[in-house]
Amino acid sequence: MGEVIVVTSGKGGVGKTTTAANIGTALALMERRVVLLDADIGLRNLDVVMGLENRIVYDLVDVVTGVCRVKQAMIKDKRFNESLFLLPAAQTKDKTAVTPEQMKKLTTELKEEYDYVIVDCPAGIEQGFKNAIAGADRAVVVTTPEVSAVRDADRIIGLLEASEMPEVQLMINRIRPKMVKRGDMMDIDDIIDILAVDLIGVVPEDDKIVVSTNRGEPTVLDANSKAGQAYRNIARRITGEQVPLMPLEEEVGFMGRVKQLFGFGR
Amino acid sequence: MLDILGRVFGRDDAPSKEIAKERLRLVLVHDRATVSPQFLELIKEEVIGVITGYMDIDEDGVEVSIHSMDKSVALVANIPIRRMKRAVKAV
Repeated sequence: MGEVIVVTSGKGGVGKTTTAANIGTALALMERRVVLLDADIGLRNLDVVMGLENRIVYDLVDVVTGVCRVKQAMIKDKRFNESLFLLPAAQTKDKTAVTPEQMKKLTTELKEEYDYVIVDCPAGIEQGFKNAIAGADRAVVVTTPEVSAVRDADRIIGLLEASEMPEVQLMINRIRPKMVKRGDMMDIDDIIDILAVDLIGVVPEDDKIVVSTNRGEPTVLDANSKAGQAYRNIARRITGEQVPLMPLEEEVGFMGRVKQLFGFGR
Repeated sequence: MLDILGRVFGRDDAPSKEIAKERLRLVLVHDRATVSPQFLELIKEEVIGVITGYMDIDEDGVEVSIHSMDKSVALVANIPIRRMKRAVKAV
């Protein structure tokens, strides 16, 4: 029996889709069988981030309304040997085209056969959110170190608790170590302290995310990307491994050492 | 280098993250208190329960609300008193 994990955030633009794509791909790299399920009906993007946009025939709405079978709508990612699949959202419908009950039925069916079902949740707290969390066993709440994103994460965590989500964990995205160091960005402890929630991982800001999204290749496939490394660690934690947080400090350059010498660096 | 000079001369005293944390603290007090309509009702009921042990109050006139001020958020309760009970000294 697999696990259904919803990637959510409340606020848009904090990296939900990128996170869903990378966690799913990293789990597939670990030879788990994974389905990526795009629940953002009307604004689908998981297909583009995964580079699978040209292979869509059927979508989520076709599946739940019985137009096709689940297998027909699932796109196999050829980079992985039968271990990574995408179930795309419909682009021409809206969130009301699916009900929470239908989503629950679908994810329950999928986790019979796959190890992980990763659901990419739309922004907001309306029907799309309710659909996306309906069948989930665990929620990963993505936030960035900004007042607006943390505030929305707090609201989402409240809603997840109210809906009795079994497990809620936070992922802090786009941390910029230099800004944290000079006190111009909230750090991990600040955010955890405010939200009082478990941490699943921290992903540093990384230009390679833009490059990999341009190419349609998840960043976890890039061995040199720090964000990719962070996502691979998160995937390992999801499988139950104990993985320490990777150090975010960049290499200390010459000026950095001079500053430390004089006690200016923290 | 400018960074060092700035610190030496006392500029940059308040890192912006402290401002962010403080603003977040205030906004979350407000958000968490107002998100659930039952939240203030529950407080109101319990406050009435406690107060009525000491005085007669106009229960229908009780108002409990959250007020945001510049740098703080306060729980404000307006409780009309009908009559005081005679103070009974404990101990």
